[in-house]
Amino acid sequence: MAEDNIKLMQGNEACAYGALAAGVTFFGGYPITPSTEIAEILSREMPKNGGRFIQMEDEIASMAAIIGASVAGAKSMTATSGPGFSLMQENLGYAYMTEVPCVVVDVQRGGPSTGLPTKVAQADTMQAKWGTHGDFFPIVLAASTIEDTYHMTIKAFNLAEKYRTPVTLLLDEVLGHMREKIRIPDSSEVEIVNRIKPTVPPEWYQHFELTATHVSPMANYGEGYRFHMTGLTHDPSGFPTAKPAEIKEKLDKLKSKIMQNADDICAYSEEFLDDAHIVVIAYGITARAAQQAVRIARQRRFKVGLFQPITIWPFPEKRLRKILENADLAIVAELNQGQLIHEVRKIAKTKTRVVGTFRYDGELMTPMQIVDKIKEAHR
Amino acid sequence: MAEQAVKKKKKTKPPVTESLLAPGHRACAGCGEALGAKLVMDAAGPNTYVTTCTGCLEVFSTPYPESAWKMPWIHSLFENSSAVAAGIEAALIAQGRDKDVNIIAQGGDGGTADIGIGCLSGMLERGHNILYVCYDNEAYMNTGVQRSGLTPFDARTSTTPVGKRSMGNQTNKKNLPEIAAAHGIPYSATATVGYPNDVIRKVQKALKIKGPKFLQIHVPCPLGWIHPTDQTIEVAKLAVLTGLIPIFEMEDGKLTRVRKIGKNRKPVEEYLKAQGRFRHLFKGTPEAEAELEKVRQIAEANIEKYGLA
Repeated sequence: MAEDNIKLMQGNEACAYGALAAGVTFFGGYPITPSTEIAEILSREMPKNGGRFIQMEDEIASMAAIIGASVAGAKSMTATSGPGFSLMQENLGYAYMTEVPCVVVDVQRGGPSTGLPTKVAQADTMQAKWGTHGDFFPIVLAASTIEDTYHMTIKAFNLAEKYRTPVTLLLDEVLGHMREKIRIPDSSEVEIVNRIKPTVPPEWYQHFELTATHVSPMANYGEGYRFHMTGLTHDPSGFPTAKPAEIKEKLDKLKSKIMQNADDICAYSEEFLDDAHIVVIAYGITARAAQQAVRIARQRRFKVGLFQPITIWPFPEKRLRKILENADLAIVAELNQGQLIHEVRKIAKTKTRVVGTFRYDGELMTPMQIVDKIKEAHR
Repeated sequence: MAEQAVKKKKKTKPPVTESLLAPGHRACAGCGEALGAKLVMDAAGPNTYVTTCTGCLEVFSTPYPESAWKMPWIHSLFENSSAVAAGIEAALIAQGRDKDVNIIAQGGDGGTADIGIGCLSGMLERGHNILYVCYDNEAYMNTGVQRSGLTPFDARTSTTPVGKRSMGNQTNKKNLPEIAAAHGIPYSATATVGYPNDVIRKVQKALKIKGPKFLQIHVPCPLGWIHPTDQTIEVAKLAVLTGLIPIFEMEDGKLTRVRKIGKNRKPVEEYLKAQGRFRHLFKGTPEAEAELEKVRQIAEANIEKYGLA
């Protein structure tokens, strides 16, 4: 039996190697703390694997380049942090509108604006959902361990390819820079999903064909298929339309593609929820503190469990709604002034009180902050 | 009274002990950019509004809760130092407060040549009365030495690594002063902290001209270029004397003055050998020798183009 490939790795490293395992062939990016190591590693490693790394002149260009690369057939990716993520928003909307698979990694730091380049935060949760203009149903994942980061980078690529849409992976400064043990899986253990290719003759091909799953097969440039792409609202052929019925059809397609496949997309983890009256909801790096908090609170005989959304968007509301049916109290813990708590409030029935415990001073949340909140809010 | 005091101060030579960029900031030992900024500020005088984009200069000059700037100063964002300065200028004009005032927008090479070139171009094109100063240390030093559009050919950076198949940065340094000059602005020039008096002269000359001005100052970074901290001036001078960094002035799009190197010309190896970022060019392999030859050609082309001989 081959020995396990165990490594001590930084989150940014795990992300870069996860992307390589997923088959990334193009990276376009721009230096920004705390994400820069991802670019640095890929600048070194990608050429060895036949990939192409380009340092772009800014984040607008980075996001645009990965769109171009993906349309030309590459698995493409960029990595950034808050300020760069803001600059990417217009192009992110374009990728969504034109249904271009690509991966954006946002290693979050304190904001707003330049904020805290070297400090942790989870304050891009809502920007990832509502950052671009217009209605937007993105896929956004949040990793909480270094091992997660590796696997979720692969998952991000797979979801992007499967659903022909941009996928955002949220990391944070602590995850990006801390080192942890990680088992690198053998390539045979890694599931790789590739975009669905058209099977119709070229003259029948529609780049945004309406299908039962709402995912259209995708031809790349240079494969003999002729198609039109535009950020303007378009019909299945890709040409701009001003017809109300076709406009609605396009926007419904974009929404349904994500929301009707939410069961497949949504991932979450649960602990001690069977008899829990109190549900702690935490994601990303804060889920680590919440895991410990739940254990401490259990020892103190609180009937408390943990729900960790791994997919932030679409929010795993179906499952959480079920869990909250038996709960009197939901505590949302996040490193911001209260963002994902609004999603929990939306689905909680009157019987369940929803309270938040937040930290936004550039430091990690401690398990005791959550335990104290459990004690304080429980009655 | 206040106005008189300002005028009086302007006539005096830049003070040696009391700089407008106060000491005690957090720049690294031997930082060329800190020296460059000090020269620019002292040459401009106290009646100056300053914008600075994200980068080392912003970070090291304003550690909490202190500021090294003895004039109105703002950290913009990364891409927009010129645009913020344009707003300041417009507002001062609107309020009739633009007399005897200097506005200096500044940024590093990345903030100027890459992410900020759009805002810079707009500022130059609209004709604002602003001096833009680009401190060129040839990479993104603040985030850990990634290449920029002004990184020289063959330099090692963290995103242009050196290895069996790579000799470092494979693109040429963007000719930013000429791009600026192509906007039809009255003054575009290069300078280096290797020749401080030239920096002072150029800043004072530029500030006397109405309209948009561009000055690119070559500022060695001991950390990123990998040279001893007491060699900053020496390295800066070698860049000029080898022909790799031409020092010139362009007025209304025409080359009007150059710093001749003549018989003081040094072989490029002297400049390259002084820095760790070019160490791979001296491995003695045929590939390394071929790369060295390319760098020699760059110097040769500069000398011919700008008439430096």
